[in-house]
This record gives sequence, structure tokens and C-alpha cells, in this order.
Amino acid sequence: MDASPLPRNAAIAPAAPVIEARGVSLTFQTADGPVHALKDVDLSIGRGEFVSFIGPSGCGKTTFLRSIAALETPTGGTLSVNGMEPDAARRARAYGYVFQAPGLYPWRTIAGNISLPLEIMGFSRAERAERIARVLDLVELSGFGAKFPWQLSGGMQQRASIARALAFDADILLMDEPFGALDEIVRDRLNEALLELWRKTGKTIGFVTHSIPEAVYLSTRIVVMSPRPGRITRVIESTLPAERPLDIRDTPEFIALAHEVREGLREGHAHD
Amino acid sequence: MIEAWRRAGRGNLVPILTVLLIIIGIWYLGAIRMNAQWERDQAARAGIELSLPELVSRTLSQDRPVLPAPHQVAEGLWQGVAGQAVTSRRSLVWHGWVTLSATLAGFAIGTAAGIVLAIGIVHSRAMDQSVMPWAVASQTVPILAIAPMVIVVLASIGVTGLLPKAIIAAWLSFFPVLVGMVKGLRTPDGMQLDQMRSWSAGGGRTFWHLRLPSSLPYLFASLKVAIAAALVGTIVGELPAGATAGLGARLLSGSYYGQTVQIWSALFAAAILAATLVAIVGLLERATLKRMGLAR
Ligand SMILES: Nc1ncnc2c1ncn2[C@@H]1O[C@H](COP(=O)(O)OP(=O)(O)O)[C@@H](O)[C@H]1O
Ligand SMILES: [Mg+2]
Repeated sequence: MDASPLPRNAAIAPAAPVIEARGVSLTFQTADGPVHALKDVDLSIGRGEFVSFIGPSGCGKTTFLRSIAALETPTGGTLSVNGMEPDAARRARAYGYVFQAPGLYPWRTIAGNISLPLEIMGFSRAERAERIARVLDLVELSGFGAKFPWQLSGGMQQRASIARALAFDADILLMDEPFGALDEIVRDRLNEALLELWRKTGKTIGFVTHSIPEAVYLSTRIVVMSPRPGRITRVIESTLPAERPLDIRDTPEFIALAHEVREGLREGHAHD
Repeated sequence: MIEAWRRAGRGNLVPILTVLLIIIGIWYLGAIRMNAQWERDQAARAGIELSLPELVSRTLSQDRPVLPAPHQVAEGLWQGVAGQAVTSRRSLVWHGWVTLSATLAGFAIGTAAGIVLAIGIVHSRAMDQSVMPWAVASQTVPILAIAPMVIVVLASIGVTGLLPKAIIAAWLSFFPVLVGMVKGLRTPDGMQLDQMRSWSAGGGRTFWHLRLPSSLPYLFASLKVAIAAALVGTIVGELPAGATAGLGARLLSGSYYGQTVQIWSALFAAAILAATLVAIVGLLERATLKRMGLAR
């Protein structure tokens, strides 16, 4: 009998991909001719991964994230989310999307804002209340449900928008520079909170940034992209432990990873 | 100096009163000047010599002055409002109500039409391209030319009274609502619309939860223009021959009989009505936008 001595939960291969891109290309037809926002992008993201996309602006990070969310349609290749077409995945509530701006409605309270997608998706009143309380707790905004957006700081507003994206239990969280407009101190705190949230919930996260430390601090994998045409130039596996206090950023391991990302970015530019 | 007054006068009441006093002063001077010729002619005919104080006091108390003095208009207004039973044909309250009811009906029709067309334009490409040119064209037709035709045509099929006037009022008031609502319904930006798409929200939900609330500041701004336009439309609708009720009819009959005080009283009644209507919409606007966190 040669039954495998390995325990069943020790992953032999990467977990079944939640997001799988094969040869994805996207060309925008503009007045100035075609813009190759993405060209031949191959990537698969496994369940529970935290993947950051980093690269100079215009390299297609947003376009790739939007394609996963079925907000753009690739002009070539195949893209599947939870084994479905992106459009079907969206209808199956596969993902929550967090934009750079919180985009909270001023005429709704924080709880009311979180309630909006739930109302649209037809959750009952009782279930909405239960979910709102749960996600407010998750982003540490319990007690702020009755406040209006203008009564909250920018960082708190962005946390509320993350809560809103979490409320309907999508197992994928797509975030496009969610902390890009915030100052560094707030950003550090939110990064810590986001990691904590990721550990607690086990979501799969796709995170666009153009901050190297942010990408290294958060990710299990860092995807480096370069522009014209937008493509992936390097994929870096993080060697950092799951437990990451903020001062991990001073360790040699962190600095080495950051260096590798910087190398990847420079390499992308060398093609220009 | 005006600055000093502003500081002393808390808010802008003092400057407003100052301007008002200046206008009243100019008005008095104008009344004296414009009415003096008739008094001089009368005096010459009677062979008497008028001293300046006498001339001034006579120019300000004529029965049918070329330009009535402010106090005469005020008196006429007061008489028209408080000096009559409100059911009397000489009551400005009665005429005002006739005008007001048609104005409100026209405003309601115009607002509804403007909103419905705007919703169509925002949601349908075909309507976007076809409706707007016609809406613009409708406003380039001189209302003074159209109004009598509407009144006469409708009268010939037996429709008289409030409705024809309300239609003219609606004609003028739908346009600002249409333009404001198209702009308002289109204020949500790409990110807000994408957010809705990411929740698989359809056009109806997006309209109800996002576009409509976002458009309210624009709607209210338009409503203020629209209600004043509706009043103008109604008064124009009351001018064609035959109308006997409403502030417009009051204006016209005053001019037939040279009753300048009556014309001016009706004019001021209309202005006060317009200001009141606009102010009411303004109050609603402030209360609503403040509650919605959209106040600017
Ligand atoms: N809707 C669009 N129409 C035309 N070109 C676009 C559109 N969206 C993005 N692009 C172009 O595609 C390229 C990639 O854009 P984007 O994905 O936003 O880059 P990033 O998020 O990395 O800064 C850029 O050159 C951008 O100008
Ligand atoms: Mg971007």
C-alpha cells in the first residue's frame, strides 16, 4: 500500500484557481488609434490568495481588475472567475469591488449605504440588519452605522466602502487603489486592518496599488506589470509569514522583496 | 459705507432696503415728471398758475396718471386685496386665485412632462437624439403668438377656463425642468455607475437609488425657474380678448380703460405671487437638500 503519508490539507499544487486568465488581451479603439491596455496576460489566482498588481500608471492594472469584474470585456483570450464567465460570476455575487473613492451616498447613513447592495440583491430587512452589524464590526466601525458619510474621516469612509463590498458575502474582493487618496499614517492603519480582515475571512483579494511597500506588506503574491502594451513582467511569491506586524517592513526579508519588485518595475521600463 | 452698514445691519437687510428706497425715490421723481404735463395743460386751460408744491401734490394724486405714484399703487393693491369681498370681481385675491390655480396646474403638467421626457432622454438613445431639438424648437416659438391660438382653438372645441391657460403655462415650464433633469440624471459619474453594475443593478434600480436622488439639486433649481415661467404663461393666456378673470385679464382691462393704477396693482400682485411661489420652492429645496446631505 503506498497511501500518501502527506496530510490531506497540505497543498501539493496551488489550490484550484478562483480567477484564471489565459492570453487575455484588451484593445481599446480610440480616436487616436488602438490602445493595447492588456496583451497576453496569463495568471491564475488561487483561493485565499492576496495578489497585488503593481506597475506604472497606464500599464493596465485597472483594466485587468475591471475585466475580472466584467466591467470591461477582453478582446482576446479567456477569463474565468469561480469557473464561470466574469459576467455570470458577477450575477452570482462572486466579488465585491472597492473603488479608489469611497462613493458613499450622502443621503444615506453608513448603515444605509452598506444596505444598498443588499436591497438591490433582495435580502430581507432582518438579514440586512444582521449583515450590516457584522461587516461594521469587521471593519471596526461598530457604532457608526447611524452616522452620515460627511461625519466620518476619509479613512473611515473607505472602511465603510470595504464593509459594503463585504456585506453580500462575495468570496473575492477586488480593490483598485483603495487607499491611494489617503495619507500615509491612515494608510498604514488600514493596511494592517485589511490584512487582519483577510486572515479572518479567508477572502481572495486582488489589490491594485502603485506603492511598493504596500504591495510587499499585504501580498502573498506580487504581480509586476508594464505598459505599452500592458502585460505581466514578473510574478513574485512573498516569503513573508502570514503574521505581519507593521515593523516587518524593516526586516531584511521585506527589503529584499521590495528590491525585487523594484527590479521588476525597472525591467519593464527597459523595454521602452 | 455700504460695508459699514452691512456690518451694522446684520445680514443684507440694510442694503436691500437702501436699494428699495432709491428705487422708490426715482419712481416718485418719474411720476412727478411724467404726470406734470397733464397738470400744466389743465392749469393753463383753467387760467391758473400752479406753484411747485401744488404741481407736485397734484401729479401724485391723479385718477388716471401716466405713471401712478408708489403710494397709489400700494393703495390700489390694498383696496384690491383687503377692500373687497374675496369673491368680488374687483378683488385681487379672486383674480389672483384664478391665475394661481391655472399656474399650479400648468406647473404640475409641465414638471411631470419635463421629468418624463428627461427620463426618456437619459435612458434612450433614440429619444436623446429626437426629443431635444423639438423641445428647443418649442421654446423658440413666441409664446405671445401661440397663446391666443391655443385659447381660440381649445375654445372652439369647448375647452375653456383653467385648462387652456394651464397648457400654455406647462408649455413654458416643462423646458427648464427637462434641461435641468437631463443634466441632473446624468451627474452620477462612471465610478458610481460602475458600482451599481458591480451589484448587477438594472436601469430601474440605478435610476431609483442613484440617478434620481443625484438629480434633485438640479430639479429644484429648475423648478424655481419653471414656476415663475408657469405664472408668466398663465398671465399671457389670460390676455387674449374675452378673458375676464385672472391677473392677466385685470391687466388688460386696466389698459382698455386707462386705469393705470389697476394695471400697476395687478402687475405688483403678479410679482408678489411669483416671488412667493419661488420662495416656497426655495424653502422646499433647502429643507430637502439639507436632509439629503446635498446642500451646498
Ligand atoms: N475606456 C477606455 N478607453 C480608452 N482607453 C482606455 C480606457 N480605459 C483605459 N484606457 C487606456 O488603457 C491603458 C491602461 O489603463 P489602466 O488600466 O487604467 O491603467 P492603470 O490602472 O494601470 O493606470 C491606458 O493607456 C489607458 O489610457
Ligand atoms: Mg488605475
